[in-house]
Amino acid sequence: MEHMRNQKSVYAYAALFLVLAFAVAMPVGLAWAEDAPAGAATEYRDIPGMGSRNLIWIVAQQHLLLAGFVLGVPIFAWVCEIVGVRTGDQRYDKLAKEFTKLLTSSYATTALFGGILLFLLIGLYPKLMNYLSDVFFPSFLVYCALFLLETATLYLYWYGWDAMQGSKKGLHLFLGFLLNVFAFFIMVVPNSWATFQASPVVIAEGSMWAKAWTATWNPTWWPVNIHRLIANVVLGGYICGAYAGLKYLMAQNAEERVHYDWMGYVGNFIGVFGLLPLPFAGYWLMREIYQYNQQMGITLMGGFLSWLFILQAMLIGILFVGSNYYFWLGIMHRIPGSEARYRRPILTMLVILLVCLGVWMTPHSLVASLEEARKMGGTHHPLLGVFGVMSAKMTVANLMILVTFMSFIMYWRAGKEETARWAKVAKAGQGVILGIAVIVVVVLGVWGYFVPAITRINYFSTTQVLVVLFVLLTVTPLTGLLMKSARTTTEMVWGVMPARAGYALVLNAVMVILLMTLMGYARSSSRVHWHVYGVMQDTSQYAYSPALGYAAAFMALNTFMFCMLVAFIFWVATLGGEKKGGATDTASVKGKGATSPAAGGAPVPATGRQ
Amino acid sequence: MRGPSLAVKGGILLAVVFAALKFVLPLFTAPLPMSLIWLYLFLATIGIVVYGTLSAESTEALLGPVFRFLSGEGIGGMAKSARLAVLALVPLLVGWQTYSGLVPSSQPPAENRTIHPAPPGEFVGLSNPVPNTPENVMQGRGFYSAFCSPCHGAKFNGNGAASDGFNPPPANFSDPGTIAMLQESYLFWRIKKGGVGLSVEGHPWKSAMPRWEVELSDDMIWKIIMAEYAGAGQKPRTWE
Repeated sequence: MEHMRNQKSVYAYAALFLVLAFAVAMPVGLAWAEDAPAGAATEYRDIPGMGSRNLIWIVAQQHLLLAGFVLGVPIFAWVCEIVGVRTGDQRYDKLAKEFTKLLTSSYATTALFGGILLFLLIGLYPKLMNYLSDVFFPSFLVYCALFLLETATLYLYWYGWDAMQGSKKGLHLFLGFLLNVFAFFIMVVPNSWATFQASPVVIAEGSMWAKAWTATWNPTWWPVNIHRLIANVVLGGYICGAYAGLKYLMAQNAEERVHYDWMGYVGNFIGVFGLLPLPFAGYWLMREIYQYNQQMGITLMGGFLSWLFILQAMLIGILFVGSNYYFWLGIMHRIPGSEARYRRPILTMLVILLVCLGVWMTPHSLVASLEEARKMGGTHHPLLGVFGVMSAKMTVANLMILVTFMSFIMYWRAGKEETARWAKVAKAGQGVILGIAVIVVVVLGVWGYFVPAITRINYFSTTQVLVVLFVLLTVTPLTGLLMKSARTTTEMVWGVMPARAGYALVLNAVMVILLMTLMGYARSSSRVHWHVYGVMQDTSQYAYSPALGYAAAFMALNTFMFCMLVAFIFWVATLGGEKKGGATDTASVKGKGATSPAAGGAPVPATGRQ
Repeated sequence: MRGPSLAVKGGILLAVVFAALKFVLPLFTAPLPMSLIWLYLFLATIGIVVYGTLSAESTEALLGPVFRFLSGEGIGGMAKSARLAVLALVPLLVGWQTYSGLVPSSQPPAENRTIHPAPPGEFVGLSNPVPNTPENVMQGRGFYSAFCSPCHGAKFNGNGAASDGFNPPPANFSDPGTIAMLQESYLFWRIKKGGVGLSVEGHPWKSAMPRWEVELSDDMIWKIIMAEYAGAGQKPRTWE
């Protein structure tokens, strides 16, 4: 019966794959060259019906999302492996291996989409690709070399996992390190091509390498590198969380529930870990864009794309609420008897989060009917209009980061009692640090309205960020030290989370994917009618910005397609495990004893499920 | 925690939030547009659902009454008739809402106007060539009084004598969300080219701002800009 069901699934996925392949291949086959004058080179080709830009939009977005996943996952797979070695807890090693298994199947698909994207770009945008090849040819070679190295390292890392245990574990860890180094540069090199299109630096003189190097070091290259690196960790973490969430929902026995509950926790933890510094990186990127070209900056943040940032606020806000919700569910369900103690602080944090989100989502100019605008005296509300500017947004974003961080700290401490003699002093110190940080963030936020913009941007916003980072970097190690000697009062019970926890993990992943499609559109659209901003104009029939509603539909489509693709890849990845014997590499649960270096405690399997 | 109380409390909270935003807030300031009220109600709903579903007990307290109401389980007598009335009312409300949304109306639809579209390339990064001296600012104030204050107001607050005739009203320069967010070059573009010079990106734009390049020299416009910042107590956005 089980076999027949699997066989049916195979047919269903094969049919889906063929339909997708057909949907992509057919219009490509119909592509024709736009009429070019005799003797002139073809500048564009089009896809009838679908449009060349739409096809590139879909393929590029799928490639980027897959790339984000395959570059993010090795980071925490490697970190998990290190944690496993340092603590001697085999669960981390098995978790790292399971993540890497997902990686191997995703890697090939990412490369496949990269190849399709390249062929489509060459075919549909020959003028642009000729230009980019002239500028970047040396870095194409570097990229190829990196790709070979990355592939070889990934094979060694994955296939050598079992062979390199024991005394050879150090070598395996070194391979993991190399994997991440190559992965980082594989991300960095194409970033230079994309950022060059937005903020080009072109030199007329010099060698091929000098031109490529100058174009690579364009103003937005490093801000994008850092932003994407962190975003990839977030994407990888939340997708692994969603994978664990789904597996948890489908778990057939207590052992699977325990394992996937814990895996979901780790995925969410990594997602949150990346999410906390992500707004800082985004802020830096926007600042560089403004400095490079104010027109582009205004188009993004004040012009027609500014509405995307309201959507961004909503998505990030839901992500924050979703991640906190998962932490809170963990406290309520994994730590028996904790409800009475933690309900009030959770309510406080929830209210702060929602108030902050309300401020973040309040636009500068409101959507209002003629009658409403008349009553308001314009589209700015005299009272709530102050929420629409950056000073307010920065303040609430920092507060939400602090609340989420404290949520995690609360989870970490739950069910434990500090035994260190200096515990009281340390906890009071943490409270003071947090209190002062909140006051500083709020005061600077309010003060920001009364100083010139440059003072706010250069000093106030930076100070807010530094204060929050200071809290993160002092409270975390201090809590770690406290927990080292802490006594467990209530043992954490794994595998008893309600079904909605699994759905929350899936929701978080969907939010991150939507967020990436949204900001991908914003970044591309900020170039408006330029292929290479200010250097090469888009003269195709698609040299216009699509309406926001149309773009939103494409973002939803891209998100849906990516989710389907990931589901397919993960399903394929787990086929082998199922055939070998039921549960896929389900970790053996050690029960009591192991101390989790990331908050979470030791997994104790539960027999029941709520 | 009592069973049905959380669902009721949630309902009351939503009603209170709605009443506060819709009816109480306008007693102190301008009324909020419905788009914003819905947004805040959405957030309040998220809060109720998140808080109410934290534990199995609270989930039952929040959702139990809702499910029981929908299924009709344990409901009899007058409550049964009331339930049927509510269930009949919901599709009617949806129908009414749909009808209201589709019926032709003389009211223009709510719009998401782009207040600050990007300026054309030739206006980006221009710096004010007129020295910021008391004399120049004073001259700028004179020009402002003559050409701008009828709409933007003598106090730079958008409350000039003619301001009531415009929708949207003239910009309030003393609001930190207007000229303080912009560079002088941006103001130069807006004053020089006026409403008709707004870029396509700013559509659907509505601005009665005259195209002042017809009547004022560039020097006069730069002086007016200095006077606006000085008079409104603001400073232009800079990058250094």
